[in-house]
Amino acid sequence: MKSAVVVFPASNCDRDAAMALEQVTGTKPAMVWHGDSELPDVDLAVLPGGFAYGDYLRCGAMAAQSPIMRDVKAKAGKGLTVLGVCNGFQVLTEAGMLPGALMRNAGLKFVCRPVALEVDETQSAFTRKYDKGQRIIFPVAHGDGNYFADENTLDRLEGEGRVVFRYAPEDNPNGSARNIAGILSEKRNVLGLMPHPERVCDPLLGGTDGRALFESLLEALS
Amino acid sequence: MTVITSAIVREHGLSDAEYARIEALLGRAPNLVELGIFSVMWSEHCSYKSTRAHLKRLPTKAPWVLQGPGENAGVIDIGDGDAAIFKMESHNHPSFIEPYQGAATGVGGIMRDVFTMGARPVAMMNALRFGAPEHEKTRHLVAGVVAGIGGYGNCMGVPTVGGEVNFHPSYNGNILVNAMCVGLARADRIFKSAAEGAGNPVVYIGSKTGRDGIHGATMASAEFNEDSQEKRPTVQVGDPFTEKLLLEACLELMATDAIIAIQDMGAAGLTSSSAEMASKGGSGIELDLDHVPQRETGMTAYEMLLSESQERMLAVLKPGREPEAERIFQKWELDFAVIGRTTDTDHFVVKHEGKIVADIPVQALADEAPVYQRPYVARNPAAGEPAYDRGRSIVDSLKKLMGSPDICSRRWVWEQYDWSVMADTVQPPGGDAAVVRVHGTDKALAVTTDVTPRYCKADPFEGAKQAVAEAWRNLSAVGAKPLAVTDNLNFGNPEKPEIMGEIAACIDGIAEACRALDFPVISGNCSLYNETNGEAILPTPAIGGVGLISDVRHMATIALKREGDAIILIGETKGQLGQSLYLREIEGLEEGAVPPVDLIVERRNGEFVRRLIESGQVDTVHDISDGGLLVALAEMAIAGGMGAKIAFEIGHAIPCSFGEDQGRFLLGVPGPVANRLLAEAEVAGVPAVLLGETGGDRIAVAGNGEIAVAELRRAHESWFPAFMSTSEILPTN
Repeated sequence: MKSAVVVFPASNCDRDAAMALEQVTGTKPAMVWHGDSELPDVDLAVLPGGFAYGDYLRCGAMAAQSPIMRDVKAKAGKGLTVLGVCNGFQVLTEAGMLPGALMRNAGLKFVCRPVALEVDETQSAFTRKYDKGQRIIFPVAHGDGNYFADENTLDRLEGEGRVVFRYAPEDNPNGSARNIAGILSEKRNVLGLMPHPERVCDPLLGGTDGRALFESLLEALS
Repeated sequence: MTVITSAIVREHGLSDAEYARIEALLGRAPNLVELGIFSVMWSEHCSYKSTRAHLKRLPTKAPWVLQGPGENAGVIDIGDGDAAIFKMESHNHPSFIEPYQGAATGVGGIMRDVFTMGARPVAMMNALRFGAPEHEKTRHLVAGVVAGIGGYGNCMGVPTVGGEVNFHPSYNGNILVNAMCVGLARADRIFKSAAEGAGNPVVYIGSKTGRDGIHGATMASAEFNEDSQEKRPTVQVGDPFTEKLLLEACLELMATDAIIAIQDMGAAGLTSSSAEMASKGGSGIELDLDHVPQRETGMTAYEMLLSESQERMLAVLKPGREPEAERIFQKWELDFAVIGRTTDTDHFVVKHEGKIVADIPVQALADEAPVYQRPYVARNPAAGEPAYDRGRSIVDSLKKLMGSPDICSRRWVWEQYDWSVMADTVQPPGGDAAVVRVHGTDKALAVTTDVTPRYCKADPFEGAKQAVAEAWRNLSAVGAKPLAVTDNLNFGNPEKPEIMGEIAACIDGIAEACRALDFPVISGNCSLYNETNGEAILPTPAIGGVGLISDVRHMATIALKREGDAIILIGETKGQLGQSLYLREIEGLEEGAVPPVDLIVERRNGEFVRRLIESGQVDTVHDISDGGLLVALAEMAIAGGMGAKIAFEIGHAIPCSFGEDQGRFLLGVPGPVANRLLAEAEVAGVPAVLLGETGGDRIAVAGNGEIAVAELRRAHESWFPAFMSTSEILPTN
């Protein structure tokens, strides 16, 4: 599996994503500068966490207009697998590649802590190695992770099996609608999620629940 | 041209004697620009004029110290060609005036101090002190400072892994915001600030210069009064996005060999950075302000030289390397400008609009800055063992202490900090020390910040010793070998002999403890004049300690881990309640002698515990400090979600439970290891007592009742959120 991690100005989980990819898949990803116009030939593009462009204007809004995003969007339209984590999820919604928006956390504060998630959907390249309904722990670290979409969109996401991860009902850290933590695009090749799977791939860091996500991708894309 | 009157001199925070010295050094009267330059360079903040004579007493050397005080940050060798770079610095005055921006720019400033040395910042800590919880401003200040620290550090992608938060009425008008940054670099790739050689280009990199923060250093060198809110324009505004770009661009430039010297523009901005670089390099420097990137039009030379706009750096490059450097900064969309040259004149010369606006011998600004032997009086330490009500229930007192402002969980604070970014945080906030793995290795750095200001008030010498000892103990408790410290000395007005007495005694205490523990001071910062309307803060010499874990698989955490583990107390318990939190929270008294630190015992006990962890025999350790033994046990129980049964056979239950005797640890040890450990302790001359064993869901003290761990957890976790939610005032940013 060949992968690329896009680096925006003030991305800050780019190294963590690259480490997790390398640890699980055995191959170093290409690091791609936001100003480049074309992705290299890869099976997976990752939009990492961070504060791209300082999150000024709105989180992810300016990054969504980066030169590289035109190519990411075009290739995703042709089926390229794209993973957006945290700020990457915000970029995906701002780029119109995923529905809905990520608003300020309901508690109005940045929140960093491990949260319990439920794997709602295993029919995806990202989650095939998890069990349906499995409880896992990923950390969140964001100020704007409160997922919002209109009721019709939410119904549709649920009806089409596109809600992949949900916060455990007692552990929703940000007020997201229907406890949504991660969603798929219509073609199921783009996943955006707020929690950080790349930070839980090493037992010393408090868990390895994130590994199965990268193992799923390795199995699906190799 | 403005005539310099004595009123203008006073507005610049200079005394008449200091002004006379300036005239003597120049051989003429300074112009207004030159007076401005002297005022910041000779301010307490930049010149350490009240403390420099005392700071000389601190031990600063050890075989593993690569760089001691005097550079932007200190550097230690951590083996395999790796170096750890760290420093702690205050941003107290700005944070009181504008908590979000004050704290944010404090974080930004200390990060620049570390990455200007060539290091990638890998961990942030902070030591925060606020006024009484019931004071009308406290909630607003806590909310703003915490949000500001998080806002800046989170965007930078550097984990904020721990620190301290305490409350005391002495900080009502003067909060303390001390931020510490730890970075990593290769030991042979450390960058310094000596601008050696003549004719080399001086380049300006980072953000543009605006009118913000002018005279920040002077503000930080004066007491506060009711009008201090009017000083808001002297507080800078932070832009962590630009700083993140500056970090990456500087590290990219540092990977080349184009740099001769580099220094961040912190307090006193362009003036201080250029004068200090010239002074250290034994060179002169000539700046042309017309080339300085400017955010606003019509800025005067005075404004540009004294601006404290953030996210700026000054570097001296090898001649001819400018284009290569410029390409890097263009890639990161940062300003880059050649604004001057080094010279062989030993003068600091500034041009603006074709005219020379300042011409000062470099040494007049640095080495010739005044040094004061201010008069001081030593205070008699508080003495005696205070009386207490012997009839109180210890479990009721324990519950009350666990929910008291200074002991309760700080989760509300640290959940606003991204402590897990960089994927190397192996011990998050909440333990004795934070532990951050050295990326790509099995080594890890342990980091802690400590000081007990109520001890320092009661007995400045013993209190400062205790601050160092506690930092050393906290590092030992996770299994790290303590290596070096940075200090952040926060005091009142040094012109008052009793305050100067606190400063001198605290420095003596730090020096004695650091010497005895082989724990040299490699960097630091002084923050004086922390007074409002004549009321000084408690003396608060914050100590930031760093230690090394050679194999991160062998470390200890505070959480109880297994049912049936033996609970072993290391260290001697006399039951000293003087100046304890028990006395303050339960009896309403702040009195008595502080528990003294025997540094030989401290070292013996700490090294014994560290060896047990390093050899893989022990993984559950907590140091005993604020609140005493029973509070430590309750913290271990809450962290592990498991109870314990203990019995005391050493004296009355109240002083045994809550006395703050020093040099002690609680260990959770698997049964088979326990007997061997007790025997080893006896051989080593380390007091070790079997107190009981883990298990169940309650803490039970034989003959003194029991309490559910869940009840303790509720008390522990609820105070902070409840306090902050009663009428939460959100920061405006």
